[in-house]
Amino acid sequence: MWSLVRFELNQDRRELGVASHWTLLEALRYGLGMTGSKQGCDKGDCGACTVLLDGEPTLSCITPALEAEGRRVTSVEGLATAEGPHPLQAAFGECGAAQCGFCTPGILMSAAALLDRNLDPTRDEIKEALSGNLCRCTGYTKILDAVELAARRLREAEQAEDERATA
Amino acid sequence: MLRLPAFEYHRPQTVEEAARLLDGFGDQALAIAGGTDVVPNMKHGLFEPAQVISLRGLPELRGIHVRGAELVLGAGETLASVAAHPMVRLHAASLAEAAGLVAGPQLRNMGTLGGNVCLDTRCTYYNQTRFWRQALGYCLKKDGDTCHVTRVGRKCVAAHSADTPPALMTLGASADFVSARGERSIPIADLFIADGIWNTVRRPDEILVRVRVPLPPEGTRTAFRKVRQRNAIDFPLLNMALACELDPEERVRSIRLVVSALGSRPRMVSGLDEVATGRTLSDEVVEAVAGKAHQQCRPLTNIIVDPEWRRAMVPVHVSRMLRGLTTPAAAA
Ligand SMILES: Cc1cc2nc3c(=O)[nH]c(=O)nc-3n(C[C@H](O)[C@H](O)[C@H](O)COP(=O)(O)OP(=O)(O)OC[C@H]3O[C@@H](n4cnc5c(N)ncnc54)[C@H](O)[C@@H]3O)c2cc1C
Ligand code: SF4
Ligand code: FES
Ligand code: FES
Repeated sequence: MWSLVRFELNQDRRELGVASHWTLLEALRYGLGMTGSKQGCDKGDCGACTVLLDGEPTLSCITPALEAEGRRVTSVEGLATAEGPHPLQAAFGECGAAQCGFCTPGILMSAAALLDRNLDPTRDEIKEALSGNLCRCTGYTKILDAVELAARRLREAEQAEDERATA
Repeated sequence: MLRLPAFEYHRPQTVEEAARLLDGFGDQALAIAGGTDVVPNMKHGLFEPAQVISLRGLPELRGIHVRGAELVLGAGETLASVAAHPMVRLHAASLAEAAGLVAGPQLRNMGTLGGNVCLDTRCTYYNQTRFWRQALGYCLKKDGDTCHVTRVGRKCVAAHSADTPPALMTLGASADFVSARGERSIPIADLFIADGIWNTVRRPDEILVRVRVPLPPEGTRTAFRKVRQRNAIDFPLLNMALACELDPEERVRSIRLVVSALGSRPRMVSGLDEVATGRTLSDEVVEAVAGKAHQQCRPLTNIIVDPEWRRAMVPVHVSRMLRGLTTPAAAA
């Protein structure tokens, strides 16, 4: 059975026809051609398909597409802006936090949600926030370094802005 | 790629409407909440419903609050919100702890308390793709006629693998169900049965609406422990919860201990009153309680980790949990 599903994807309104047994990941990748979110285990184990649903990290491979109705979806394609990559993306590049890169989109989304609610996380808080994302390549250390670097830069940018505003 | 089989998807807006749909479609229907267990299971061909009924839009399943002498938790609340809620942490610390140790962060944002209480049992020979299961000739729980664990027919011993029920049982919680045939309330301690194929007395058309936890008496301390391969994502190899009421002299007034993830239902360890009540939690008492648990827990090879090791870990973790009640550092 086919139905229409409407949601906001990376701040654009989207409407597409999906079969009722499609997952949100299938709707993104095969319905909309947004292949940034990765299809890893396809059963909830690895985190490669992580997107934000109303800001919360969610596994799109086990979310029925119809449950996205009326909600706000953010995928890795929504992180960068016209000005350039998201500070997390820049830091991942600089720190060598991605090797094969398959886990990277999911990890970026978990990390982005963490930094949205806490710009000054401890290393343990970063580990906890990323604990649902598996990486087979990096050994995680450089990923944690990259998130710390991005958090520091975001804090500095915020501080600079505060100073400008009060100047 | 693991595709879902085709089904129709229903998104009822009230619990009555959901109950009517479940009743009308009978064994064609399956309820889905967070979907974190149902969706992988459908992808593995373990459930093949023609009609899937989503419980996500039901307002009756939402909310966490204290009402009278009870902590009331909507079955549709996510594990993340149960783990973080200040009232749960205050009155039912072991429940918050258990919810916070389920799976990983994304799954706790999606998975619900109701889905956790109603979770299907798990087994090495069951939670596999259809291709894998077919190669082994299937098993009693789904599509086959022998059990690869016990090697005889008749009984499935798949493991109860949910983390919150042991905590709920020790807290004396009850579950409120609604179906097209009416409402009923079941103490969680009486919900589970020793049948791995369907391990609760809940009928498939009954919707869990809320869980009620009586506020524990003054002096009650609770704890939860979980053993798993990795400290994130993984299901338990063994879990346990404890609720212990101590008098001002730290003597035991009452003690409840549940151990699970071994057989098809959580086990309430019996005979603890005679070894612990009226005494302080001395080394001798701790050992006696751990000994009772060890005696009563006999895991099988339903999970691919040495059952003798899992059994040996029972007294180790019961002791640490008990010592942690009076000296938190001992719980490490
Ligand atoms: C990788 C991975 C790791 C996991 N690790 C753990 C773990 O460590 N510990 C653990 O306990 N669980 C674990 N889980 C299982 C699952 O995520 C949780 O148990 C979760 O709480 C299930 O809730 P849900 O809302 O997603 O349930 P669903 O998948 O939606 O439903 C589960 C079952 O409950 C029924 N159901 C759901 N809600 C209701 C209701 N209100 N009334 C009646 N029936 C209902 C459904 O019909 C279904 O049979 C894991 C899952 C994955 C994929
Ligand atoms: S315990 Fe036996 S019957 Fe049950 S799922 Fe495992 S192999 Fe199948
Ligand atoms: S692809 Fe979704 S968790 Fe692995
Ligand atoms: S970079 Fe290869 S899996 Fe993480």
